[in-house]
Amino acid sequence: MIEVVDTGPLNTIQDLGRTGFRDIGVTVSGAMDPLALKVANLLVGNDDGAAAIELQTFPFRVRFGKQTAFAVTGGGAATLDDVAIPAWWMQMAEAGQVLEVTPVAGSARAYVTFGGGVDVEPVMGSRSTSLRGSFGGMGGRSLKKGDLLPLGETMISGLAAYGFGVVPPLLEMASLFPVADDGTLLIRALPAGEHDLFGADAERFWSQTWKISSQSDRTGYRLSGNAIRPIAPVEMRSHGIVAGVVQVPPAGEPIIQMSDANTAGGYPKIAGVLEADLWLLGQARSGSRLRFVRSSHAEGRALDKAIAEYLKDIRVTSQMVDRALKTISGR
Amino acid sequence: MNRASNSIAVRPLGAPLVQERVQISAIGGRAFLLEAPGGFDLAAQRRIWALTQVVACWDDVIETVPGMTNLLAIFKAVPENPDAVVARLVDAWDRAESIDIHGKMIEIAVTYGGEHATDLAALCDLSGLRDREIVRIHHEGTYTVFALGSAPGFGYLHGLDPRIHMPRKTVPSLKMEKGCVTIGGMQTGVAVLTGPNGWNSIGFAELPIFDPTAATPALMTPGDIVRFIPERIEL
Repeated sequence: MIEVVDTGPLNTIQDLGRTGFRDIGVTVSGAMDPLALKVANLLVGNDDGAAAIELQTFPFRVRFGKQTAFAVTGGGAATLDDVAIPAWWMQMAEAGQVLEVTPVAGSARAYVTFGGGVDVEPVMGSRSTSLRGSFGGMGGRSLKKGDLLPLGETMISGLAAYGFGVVPPLLEMASLFPVADDGTLLIRALPAGEHDLFGADAERFWSQTWKISSQSDRTGYRLSGNAIRPIAPVEMRSHGIVAGVVQVPPAGEPIIQMSDANTAGGYPKIAGVLEADLWLLGQARSGSRLRFVRSSHAEGRALDKAIAEYLKDIRVTSQMVDRALKTISGR
Repeated sequence: MNRASNSIAVRPLGAPLVQERVQISAIGGRAFLLEAPGGFDLAAQRRIWALTQVVACWDDVIETVPGMTNLLAIFKAVPENPDAVVARLVDAWDRAESIDIHGKMIEIAVTYGGEHATDLAALCDLSGLRDREIVRIHHEGTYTVFALGSAPGFGYLHGLDPRIHMPRKTVPSLKMEKGCVTIGGMQTGVAVLTGPNGWNSIGFAELPIFDPTAATPALMTPGDIVRFIPERIEL
């Protein structure tokens, strides 16, 4: 059991999302940075999709009810009883200890996992909080002070006694996820259905630098910049969408749909962000700048493969080190 | 310009909304949208339902989302050969036969007008019809649930009389109430969540449409028939 001692608004329980119900209109939800969630889970020995806490506002403090392995990844700096913990790190907490997570410049969200995962009741196959639908997670709402979060059963690993960390993905895969010299995010996307209806504005979509507006949240990011408009107004028939779709409402400023997006839409679509780059967006704060880079299915495959290798390496290495430590300590 | 395999997303410049042949476009790496050619009608939707049954059985497909005369197919992985995926989808469309779903009848009691009908006046202006006439045309219609989406259990209803079609709003309502009876382009529906909504509200319904804990969470299923019963008219 974990007690929430202090929390900002809009921090929620998330796993990899409620997939398979788009056809009845159910939002996928799930972590905005699924890569950080997966790493945090692998570090504590969970399946990569176990439920965790997604933090996007601070302060945040939890108290441990018993000895528990935990990990903090993504954009968060952690202390345990006021002692600093390295970034992207797992270790053991004893009963009564307090974990505090504070924000890190340049990142938007942190993930906290516990051995066994947060064991709230799954709804429609997922423990993710659907804030729009008011179900999943802790009764469909954000965490609040005093919440007691149940944890699943787990084996205490050999790693936890010593602590163990990983190289963050942006460092480990720096060549695959380049950032422009001025810090502008480069987000790879494919043209989508109505791309060419934007005529010359379509090229301006790719060439200009967009700013993520303050009207951005888990549902979607609104982009500010020079408006782009189709040659003639289009009234689309409603169709299924996925996170990463870039829609252009009549005002001409694009919206990138994110984890809590509607399952269907009707605005013209100019592009679709590659899934492999969605975690970069999940860590982008409002006010930051991005440019879309025209990509290909082949590049999408290559990035997905690189991410899978990175995760596999963490799984294999942590299990190996765990076994070695158990041998050394004679357990 | 380097189009390579992304050329699948291309539609001729200035093309009319009604396509002459089936269109396939990408949304990111794993999702492909097939848009049926021809009219916005039940015949096209029946073929989409048939296509959905076929594509849902493909080993490399993880999710299918039928829309309004279109189908989104989400694949398990980014395909190695996207052009081959497009060819498979076109072929499946060519072979898809019409199926008729005999759905249930759902009657929805509506308060037309009143505080929730925030866009009725604008619809009068647009259509040149009086509010009473708009309400009559709306409740006399028989609607088919074409697809579900946008919000949990939200049904896209087909069969709206062209006299009361109304484009989505340029600026969405920030907090439209759950239960609002709305018109979006040539579609109508009942809002299932309170929140931002680009459709136009002309009334309000109390009937619960979605329950996440139920064995069948959504009240509506594609193929169901919906009738709106005017319980009250506040004009």
